[in-house]
Amino acid sequence: MPEAHPIVKCLIWDLDNTLWDGTLTEDGHVGIDDAVREVVRGLDARGVLQAVASRNDHDEAWTRLEKLGVAGYFVLPHINWGPKSQSVRRIAERLNFSLRTIAFIDDLPSERAEVEYHLPEVRCYPAEQARELLALPEFSPPVVTVDARRRRRMYQAGFERGKQRERFQGADEDFLRSLDLVMHIAEARDEEITRVEELTLRTSQMNATGVHYSDSVLRSLLSDEHHDVWVVSMSDRFGPHGAVGVMLIEKTARAWRIKLLATSCRVVSFGAGTVLLRWLTDAAARAGVHLVADFRRTERNRMMEVAYRFAGFATAQCPCLAALSPPEGTECLHLEPVRQAPPTTMRVVAPAPPDSGRTAEWLRAAAARGQHQQ
Amino acid sequence: MTDSTITSSVADIEQRIGEFLKAKTKTTWEPEVDLFASGTVSSLFAMELVVFVEGTFGVTVEGADLALDNFRTLRSMSSLVTRLRGGDAGA
Repeated sequence: MPEAHPIVKCLIWDLDNTLWDGTLTEDGHVGIDDAVREVVRGLDARGVLQAVASRNDHDEAWTRLEKLGVAGYFVLPHINWGPKSQSVRRIAERLNFSLRTIAFIDDLPSERAEVEYHLPEVRCYPAEQARELLALPEFSPPVVTVDARRRRRMYQAGFERGKQRERFQGADEDFLRSLDLVMHIAEARDEEITRVEELTLRTSQMNATGVHYSDSVLRSLLSDEHHDVWVVSMSDRFGPHGAVGVMLIEKTARAWRIKLLATSCRVVSFGAGTVLLRWLTDAAARAGVHLVADFRRTERNRMMEVAYRFAGFATAQCPCLAALSPPEGTECLHLEPVRQAPPTTMRVVAPAPPDSGRTAEWLRAAAARGQHQQ
Repeated sequence: MTDSTITSSVADIEQRIGEFLKAKTKTTWEPEVDLFASGTVSSLFAMELVVFVEGTFGVTVEGADLALDNFRTLRSMSSLVTRLRGGDAGA
């Protein structure tokens, strides 16, 4: 990706004389040109999120978007009388997107200038360009993954989940149980590698070594008998979270070495990383091997060190480490695994045992502890 | 460890961590109850707990001290803080 023009992750639309023809408060009747409708649908299919920043009465404008049949395409509508730069900034913050990945489209030069002045990193487009957006490189991701196509729905589900979490009165853990979380762990297939690579690029806090494994390197390891690539996906009653984690394991006679463990920041608060490490610990205990984790401190991954150390990994002298040659500056944390009980907050479906080609629910296989705690 | 000044500061440490935990989990925790028993505590929460303990009590937790057993209960956290603050005094 060229540094200067990263792919736009969210386009923020003005409404009057931009998304629709006319001014809602003056004309009353407004309509959306078919070509603009096509752009909205097209961007959505490519995984570019779309939001609204408009000066109007919120309820009136949103009702109109619903009547026009396009409201569902938009997240985080900011329809108010405040400055647009403020709306744009808030949308970027809620999405946790860098301003460099945000675009704004408005027919009025004064509005674009106001946004450009306060938020120079945001790319601004005049309304006349609306029909051409699909042809621009910054709106054309090189690969459109399964998760990209349903990204908007995943975000909408995420906002709904967040609202319910705020409202929930009981303990956080009880809220998690109310979500019906399911984690699927599976050996990666070719088509999943792109989703996985996207994930390692997007997650710096939860990457244990700061090393980025490229698409082609991961692909080449799929058929390597000494390596396993695992993809983790999650869903709950609000919908799918998509691919949320990846593990790259090197298998030696005495140890499984975790070369890469990355989980999406979207699922960190569900304890996804902890559950994943517990599952792996249990699988290694059953296989009778030790676990070794590569760790290289970066400015952003202390959370990962806490995760490993709290899972029992420590600096150690063990014969199993002799066969491994970690890269310069990378530490090998070591764990002698013991059987683990499944989590009480989610169901885990995984190959059992690993490499067998069969899957089973972890909960069922070792349900004793889970039941005692109810 | 039964020295009165240490005992009172242990109570103080446990109270402050207890308040933090209550705000975070919406649950009241007794000093000896295992926070991690369910196996569901997120690494985000674990990290926040470590950062809170370090920031509140002016200690640095690293290497072998960065272990689940040191953060398992309010009691184990207050022991850790007391030990890290006191240097060799608690040994």
